[in-house]
Amino acid sequence: MANEERFQQIVDAEEKIEPTDWMPEGYRKTLIRQIAQHAHSEVIGMQPEGNWITRAPSLHRKAILIAKVQDEAGHGLYLYSAAETLGVNRDELQELLHQGKHKYSSIFNYPTLNWADIGAIGWLVDGAAITNQVMLTRCSYGPYSRAMVRICKEESFHQRQGYELLIRLCQGTPEQKAMAQDALNRWWWPSLMMFGPHDSDSTHTEQSMAWKIKRVSNDDLRQQFVDMTVPQANYLGISIPDPDLRWNADRGHYDFGDIDWDEFWRVVKGNGPMNRERVAHKVKAWEDGAWVREAATAYASKKRARTAA
Amino acid sequence: MTLVSRAPQGTPPPDPGDKFTMLLAHADDNMVLSQRLGELISNAPELEIDIAVGNISLDHLGVARALYTYAGEVEGEGHSEDQLAMFRNERDFTNLLLVEQPNGDFAHTIVRQFLFDAYQAELWSDLAHSDDEQLAGMAARAAKENAYHLRFSAGWLVRLGDGTYESHHRAQLALDELWQYTAELFEGNEYREAWESAVGSTLSEATLDVPDDPYQRTGGRSGFHTEHLGLLLAEMQWMQRSYPGLEW
Ligand SMILES: [Fe+2]
Ligand SMILES: [Fe+2]
Repeated sequence: MANEERFQQIVDAEEKIEPTDWMPEGYRKTLIRQIAQHAHSEVIGMQPEGNWITRAPSLHRKAILIAKVQDEAGHGLYLYSAAETLGVNRDELQELLHQGKHKYSSIFNYPTLNWADIGAIGWLVDGAAITNQVMLTRCSYGPYSRAMVRICKEESFHQRQGYELLIRLCQGTPEQKAMAQDALNRWWWPSLMMFGPHDSDSTHTEQSMAWKIKRVSNDDLRQQFVDMTVPQANYLGISIPDPDLRWNADRGHYDFGDIDWDEFWRVVKGNGPMNRERVAHKVKAWEDGAWVREAATAYASKKRARTAA
Repeated sequence: MTLVSRAPQGTPPPDPGDKFTMLLAHADDNMVLSQRLGELISNAPELEIDIAVGNISLDHLGVARALYTYAGEVEGEGHSEDQLAMFRNERDFTNLLLVEQPNGDFAHTIVRQFLFDAYQAELWSDLAHSDDEQLAGMAARAAKENAYHLRFSAGWLVRLGDGTYESHHRAQLALDELWQYTAELFEGNEYREAWESAVGSTLSEATLDVPDDPYQRTGGRSGFHTEHLGLLLAEMQWMQRSYPGLEW
């Protein structure tokens, strides 16, 4: 009990728990699950955006997009390392992803169907990610909170670039503006779903709050995101696909319509438009690369043997 | 003895090359290779390789953009980087055949990259001494990036060649297949000797044999390409061609 008390004291004092500190098993497990899921999301997220690298409409946009997808790969690496401080390794976490036992952000189970989707992902998906992650920079687990500080900086850069892409489209021809509207129509609700179930239906929230892994509830984060994003959509001159969206002066917030929770759970449970393809793509890359990783291992051990001899 | 297959009888010989033509040829090399590497991102054997491939793709793209922009200035017709990349057709591209070859397995990707990086090592150190200061500056920057590319591709080639039975076999196969596009690297320059010696020493470290197939295919510099380039350009140019004249 002394351990547990000291642990909670550190957390309550807003100090960081470090890898060698004692921690409750549940805390460790929750963190592994959450950090791994976050890492998987970065990596799976490379696919919908990678889908447009070869077709980017200008060389300038192509360069921005390649750099962004590469950043996401870097985030994945960085987060897997944070998870590894908790006594798991990257390969076993990836294996769980490949077997469908680990989840990743459901937003990436939607396809990118026009160029504006690249802007919408930056603006909305990176935007929603930042809303979540700013809170995580203060997470009680040191390695995770430090990873989040660095990642957040890059995500806000991505968000600005995505929004700027859409500004360009919205100031362009009617055809370009229609692309932006189509993208917003398809990405708006899935973006709101990124914050997870209502607080009343969220199983992990309370304990995570006490451990200061999570600091703001799903519904509060979602509200923050809506309040931040609506004026940005207005500036673009495209409309958010929600007839119930309106400013509520009493609350000082935007009211908005109800998420289609059937769709939410369908996608979470693996039956969204792209779930199977995303995982299959990842598994194929991994399996196609097996002989390459084996070669690297074999070469490294030959080299060690030679230096030893 | 080499057996060289060139563009057919009846087609004009490669342009001896004014500066514009020369800049475009090098820009096209980098553009096409960047595009190929861009196809690979999210398909690599591990995350670190995805990141490296992204980096290298981005570097080649950066070089291509600088060269297209400069070519446009030299030409003096007001053509932008995008116009030069997106509105010339297959027959107008003068990149080397090597860089348009498909990614294939990772051994093909690495061999293609290695043979080309070794060539660009000579190219950039030569052009860095060009009388044209603007070009010399670009070449000096590209040389630094290329040194990193070459470390990556040579490092992987050695790992694959001297790794497992399978990886050795795949690397040798890729080398044998891509070797036919190497004679073209030395048309109109003096890089062959230095290139052969650098490539030879890495291949020997990789326990790979220098292919002895005398067949060589050329024609890229006169727009006589393999059938792979047209499809690559169709994908790359599709948006600009579908919505001409728009800002993105
Ligand atoms: Fe990210
Ligand atoms: Fe991002």
